[in-house]
Amino acid sequence: MANLTIKNLKKSFEATEILKGIDLEIKDNEFVVFVGPSGCGKSTLLRSIAGLEEVTSGHILLDHKEITDLAPAKRNLAMVFQSYALYPHMSVRKNMSFALELAKEKKDVINQKVAEAARILELEPLLDRKPKELSGGQRQRVAIGRAIVRQPKVFLFDEPLSNLDAALRVQMRLELARLHHDLNATMIYVTHDQVEAMTLADKVVVLRHGQIEQVGTPLELYRNPANRFVAGFLGMPKMSFLPGTVTALDASSVTVELTFGGSVTLPAAGEHLRRGSEVTVGVRPENIDLVDASEASLTGFMDIAENLGSDTYCYVKTDGQETLTVRMPGNFTCNYGDRIGLQLHADECHLFDEHGNAIQKPTQMAA
Amino acid sequence: MLSLKQRRSLNTLLLGVLAWGVALAIFFPIFWMLLTSFKTEIDAFATPPQLFFSPTLENYTLVNERSDYLHFAWNSVVVSFGSTIIGMMLAVPAAYSMAFFETKRTKGTLLWMLSTKMLPPVGVLVPIYLIFKDTGLLDTKTGLVIIYTLINLPIMIWMAYTYFKEIPKEVLEAARMDGSSLFQELWRVLLPMSKGGLAATVLLSLILSWNEAFWSLNLTASEAAPLTALIASYSSPEGLFWAKLSAVSTLACAPILIFGWISQKQLVRGLSFGAVK
Amino acid sequence: MKSTALNAGPASAAAEPMQDSRQGGIRKTSRINRFMVSPSVIVLALWMVVPLSMTIYFSLIRYNLLYPGDNEFVGLENFQFFVTDFGFMAGMSNTLLLVGSVLLITVVLGVLISLLVNQAFWGRGIVRILLISPFFIMPTVNALIWKNLLLHPVSGVFAAIWKFFGATPIDWFSEFPLFSIIMIVSWQWLPFAILLLMTALQSLDQEQQEAARLDGAGPCALFFHLTLPHLARPIAVVVMIETIFLLSIFAEIFTTTGGGPGYETTNLAYLIYSQALLQFDVGLASAGGLIAVVLANIAAFFLVRLIGKSLTEKQ
Repeated sequence: MANLTIKNLKKSFEATEILKGIDLEIKDNEFVVFVGPSGCGKSTLLRSIAGLEEVTSGHILLDHKEITDLAPAKRNLAMVFQSYALYPHMSVRKNMSFALELAKEKKDVINQKVAEAARILELEPLLDRKPKELSGGQRQRVAIGRAIVRQPKVFLFDEPLSNLDAALRVQMRLELARLHHDLNATMIYVTHDQVEAMTLADKVVVLRHGQIEQVGTPLELYRNPANRFVAGFLGMPKMSFLPGTVTALDASSVTVELTFGGSVTLPAAGEHLRRGSEVTVGVRPENIDLVDASEASLTGFMDIAENLGSDTYCYVKTDGQETLTVRMPGNFTCNYGDRIGLQLHADECHLFDEHGNAIQKPTQMAA
Repeated sequence: MLSLKQRRSLNTLLLGVLAWGVALAIFFPIFWMLLTSFKTEIDAFATPPQLFFSPTLENYTLVNERSDYLHFAWNSVVVSFGSTIIGMMLAVPAAYSMAFFETKRTKGTLLWMLSTKMLPPVGVLVPIYLIFKDTGLLDTKTGLVIIYTLINLPIMIWMAYTYFKEIPKEVLEAARMDGSSLFQELWRVLLPMSKGGLAATVLLSLILSWNEAFWSLNLTASEAAPLTALIASYSSPEGLFWAKLSAVSTLACAPILIFGWISQKQLVRGLSFGAVK
Repeated sequence: MKSTALNAGPASAAAEPMQDSRQGGIRKTSRINRFMVSPSVIVLALWMVVPLSMTIYFSLIRYNLLYPGDNEFVGLENFQFFVTDFGFMAGMSNTLLLVGSVLLITVVLGVLISLLVNQAFWGRGIVRILLISPFFIMPTVNALIWKNLLLHPVSGVFAAIWKFFGATPIDWFSEFPLFSIIMIVSWQWLPFAILLLMTALQSLDQEQQEAARLDGAGPCALFFHLTLPHLARPIAVVVMIETIFLLSIFAEIFTTTGGGPGYETTNLAYLIYSQALLQFDVGLASAGGLIAVVLANIAAFFLVRLIGKSLTEKQ
């Protein structure tokens, strides 16, 4: 069992507030990803949970026991660092057994646990090497192995994949997902990479400026972002945003006149909107179609098209100089500078008010 | 005409010869001291100086009988190692604290420590002498150990600090997560990782204490006098014992010279307070 | 307990379980970590404050160990005596001459020699070792070897060289006493300059050198426009650190000339020593000591600023 509860956690360094009151529940066996731009406080939050940072106020409870001020050594958590932080003077075996030795485990128990971790991570042939004789991916595995052998209540990962090259990162991502499944452990994972967040998480926590912007499953966040920031942060390529003005609204839909041509009527419960409100329409690349310029009221010029084989991402510049990203099939072709029409799938569009908060879809749509 | 390649290798050769010449000239006094130590007193005083002679070891055997060499050497060993051990016990925790738990005051503290090194010994000679006289520390090894610890402490802290600074903080944090106590973190992770740098720090402290000659000349007479003071006593001409002087000097300098050779590269950092690596 | 409560802030209002976790908590540990520096700070503060304040006190009273009695307050009389004493002017000028000459010799030769050994040639490692050796010789040995084996007017090596060329050997320590001291101190400190500058040269940007050579820069241009600017900071470090040590040169004078003949090789350090431990005038020596402290502090001011700058640059 490992339920982690964080209550109104605050952390300041001198005059700067790094965490501005975090409330969070993490359930047993959950894979939770903290994601956000650099400086959003996600690493500080993780390090506070680990006990490596002193918090200014608030509480951290592990299985209903206060651990806010407990020394890291006594929390029974394991951490995998971005730089791996292996002990350079110890062999791989020693790196993994160090914590167990400190805990005064019996020798044969230690050996058995290390062997087990080495087997899972395919480190058996490397056990007697020193970290400097290993490749980046192997070091990463040792760092994970060091955490596994301890059978901690919670695994903490601090951007563990960011020092690996792209191919290895994808591979390790899969291995981590498998590991979570096999170990059935509670994991907290910090990253700035939204792909890692989307693919690994049971629950994503989006942070910005030391505050939680939204918590939810990856799909919830993708489909119903709470605000413009979350909408723009998750999704690759990013959601495009178009400014506009509300021209008509009723209980279940809002009609927006886009500033640079065209209008959309989208389902939204815009109770607090008025006619004339400034809003932003957000639309994902897969929810736009390219049509002939004459068939659409919103038009633009083709800028760059990136063909990935399976898909083609077209970047279209509107007359307002915003760039819209459109996902087209892999066989789509067009020319730079072509005048082109854009058709938005109104049902899939997102609407944000002037503060960037999302206008929720009407309830019958969400259900 | 020489080709470019030939000219270049000739240049290299000439510069190499020049470098060797300069090096030998600078080393000559030490070489001459070593040579003289194997001469008889008559050969040592011969004019012109003898480069070739029948070597003898008698100076080395006589040194202890004449001047109780071992007594002074023992004092040097006790004082150097004593001050180095105490110094390390103070410097390592201090450097650890400043390198890994930096606060607003850390930089100021480091600079202030450096500035204590700038206090000229003559400025405090009189009070130290009087304090030592009143407390019975005059001419004791304990007294010298205290002084040497204090004068070398800033350098030791700086040197250990610059080495600790190169160790990634995360490794220590990993140890903490793994369940290390403070002592285990220091003893089983930090010290093994920085043993090269700490060894150099120890060597520098040994070298500086061994060669220190202001306080040892002023605060000791005979009981606690280290080798620097023994050698200084040869300046009063109770007879011309140059071969013996050379033998004593060679014995006194050899260990430190070897230490210095071994650790020359690391010493730069300590000697320049981390400004040159 | 009191400070724990103070530091805990709003969290201290928490319920019972909070108290348990306080045992060995991170607040306590991190305070321990920060306080591990205090033993060093305390001993160094004592080392600085206690003797120095005693020196200041002594410098203001009449205090001679040979005439015990009333140690009356005399104001700045000791300073006045010390400064107007004939030895003071000699001590000052000898100190400045000694420091200045040794600095000049060691820096100029240090740059040239470290450049010379910065290229590949046979036996470079050994040359390096030979060059830095004098630094590890204890000052008293250094002084006596030079005095008796090298500079001796009858049997010294220098005398033999002079004779070989048909010149009259020089009695160095009586004819050029200060110069002799400068020579042996320079020999001792030249390796320090070489060691630092040699190390600094190794971090010289080779690509930059090659680029400049392709641009048609000759050896002189390379030296003045690339090498020397690169060495500026290490040279400054050499100058400052040597200054600190050279201001207090003592053993070399003590073992060779004893400050003589007359005051010719008496520097400030030796002058204060002779006032205090030879003439037992504590008050006068303390006044002199304070003057030396002020002098060193002027030099130290620049050194601390310099090193402080390099400290901030690193972080």
